[in-house]
Amino acid sequence: MRTKLSTVAAAAAAVVVLASCSSDDGEGGSAASGELAGEGTGDSCSIEGEVPIGAVLSLTGAAASYGESQQRGLELALEQLNEKEGVTYDLTIEDDQTDPRQGITLFDEFVSQDVSLIIGPTLSNAAVQSDPIAQEAGVPVLGISNTAAGVTEIGDYIHRNSLTESAVIPQTIAKATEEYGLENVVVMYSNDDAFTESGYEAFAAALEEEGVEVSETITFSKSDTDFRALLTQAQQSEPDALIVSALIEAAIPLVTQARELGIDVPIIGGNGFNNPRLMADAGEAAEGVVVGAAWNSSSDNPENQAFLEDFQAAYDAQPDQFAAQAYTGLMLVDQAVRANCSADRESIKEALGELENIPTVLGEFSIDENRDAVHPAVVQVVQDGQFAVLE
Amino acid sequence: MQQLLNGIFIGSIYALFAIGFTLVFGILDRLNLAHPAVFAASAFVGIELVERGGLSLWAALPIVFVFGAVLGLVIERLAFRPLKGRADAHFAGLISSIALAGMLIALLQWRYGPDTRRFPAGSFPDTRFDVAGAQVTLVQVVILAVSLALMVGLTYMVTRTRLGRGMRAVAENPTAARVLGVNVDRITAVTFAISSALGAVAGVLFAINVNTAQLGMGSAIELKGLAVIIVGGMGSLPGALIGGLALGLAEVFAVQYIGSSWRDVIAFGLLFVILLLRPQGLLGARKVREV
Repeated sequence: MRTKLSTVAAAAAAVVVLASCSSDDGEGGSAASGELAGEGTGDSCSIEGEVPIGAVLSLTGAAASYGESQQRGLELALEQLNEKEGVTYDLTIEDDQTDPRQGITLFDEFVSQDVSLIIGPTLSNAAVQSDPIAQEAGVPVLGISNTAAGVTEIGDYIHRNSLTESAVIPQTIAKATEEYGLENVVVMYSNDDAFTESGYEAFAAALEEEGVEVSETITFSKSDTDFRALLTQAQQSEPDALIVSALIEAAIPLVTQARELGIDVPIIGGNGFNNPRLMADAGEAAEGVVVGAAWNSSSDNPENQAFLEDFQAAYDAQPDQFAAQAYTGLMLVDQAVRANCSADRESIKEALGELENIPTVLGEFSIDENRDAVHPAVVQVVQDGQFAVLE
Repeated sequence: MQQLLNGIFIGSIYALFAIGFTLVFGILDRLNLAHPAVFAASAFVGIELVERGGLSLWAALPIVFVFGAVLGLVIERLAFRPLKGRADAHFAGLISSIALAGMLIALLQWRYGPDTRRFPAGSFPDTRFDVAGAQVTLVQVVILAVSLALMVGLTYMVTRTRLGRGMRAVAENPTAARVLGVNVDRITAVTFAISSALGAVAGVLFAINVNTAQLGMGSAIELKGLAVIIVGGMGSLPGALIGGLALGLAEVFAVQYIGSSWRDVIAFGLLFVILLLRPQGLLGARKVREV
């Protein structure tokens, strides 16, 4: 099933149409490239044809909750962009069912349909498997939630607007060191998971950078739920903070038991902790947990304020980081298209790589030489059951 | 001191889990690998009763106990009874119970989704005691007490009651027991029901103890539970308790003195050493088969 959204309000029920597959054997270049080059630049740019964009999101399966947020963010951005003069986007969103193999199939489809750019996929492990297809075909990709190391190393067509763990963690540690005067800490991480392992490496490097001593490094398994022995061990070196790289499933019992054993120092977590379920399930114990994030929901920059308002009006709900990054993603694509006032694959790729100091919902945004995102992270601390900015 | 207590409490969880395991194994000579699924299912059902049903934990526990017992009957009827006539009934039952466990977990995921859950805050008094500078929670004390009580109670049941006599007869020789008028099928079903009901209570206590319930919570300690019954001696209830405590303490001291990464190496290494010294387990009796 394919939902095709043009100028219809995205929040309204999408009109289901059978989109016709263009079956020309495109030789890498877009068949419609004549229509996709326009006049003017920036706001005055005007392109005749609709710019075709494909998005691969996980709308069903384990990552469905993330994919749904992303879909909302993209559709809100699409609606706003298509109200603007000059460039119209034709966005097709497809569901990879949280299955990398399905992602590969969808990338193949989009490549053969001559889309100008592919957004997604939702999960890093799907990106690692499907991005090479776009790279080979010369289709630019913008990841809007991939945080794993190595995704953009796949090739010069792969970009992302999502901060990696290794970008967020140094800022988190720097801020916490300054705030709490950290001198010696205990690091705990689950060593049987690629994501938490890379989080640990980023923490270790950041702590060394800040000159904080690690008195003890403790490992556990991602399926562990009883951490009392490990926490008792951590307690003995009287650390100024616990630094933890774990998934939310381990984070909840770990934080609860730490407080129960009387460990009242700050607990600093990686991206796995960046989840409202931490406060919901650990309750009181979550107070004072410090987590870095890519999006500061309470930021008062005008783009963010407008985004919060529009999102609330469209969906009667609060956006999360996935929605904010998706919304920003499409806005950045628009910036790139208007920069050269052309929507063929090569010029989008070129313009994406040159994005610099763009005011966005996520703050001042740039793409660096490795095609990774650069923008200020936010360091949050749990206060009264809510994430508040650590000032 | 804190570590010693940590070890005792982790061990009592292993023991609680293993007692249900070893009951079926010791009496029926069957390994029920659906036990971990019962463990998880009961925690989720318990959480639902407290969260949605608005019951207090004390009202929910008996319901969970009955739920576990019914689940035990279902497991026996579906995974074990159809195979009982086969020459390879041990192995076939082992595999079919793994299959049933997979189905149970899939049903749970369909009903509750993949997210972890927990008992609502305050459903269990979070009283804490200070024992010689170490923190002990009420739920940990309850777990230890329940493990001890179950061991004593079950041992009494098996050795002193009519039902227990039947069980021992079945354990000794099912064919002879049947000839002597023991209703073997009924005894088998009851054993499964008791075993699963214990697993159910263990699941609830475990979820409260660590403040989380996950679909994989049973499989995470399944191996440890198996190791415990091997070390304690197959089918020996006191053995399960002692084996559990030994494993818990070994883990904690490995963390304390060697390093957290070595925890399982040390714990399972200790088990090998025990088995090399006493192949029948700490409290196991050597099985003598008359030919």
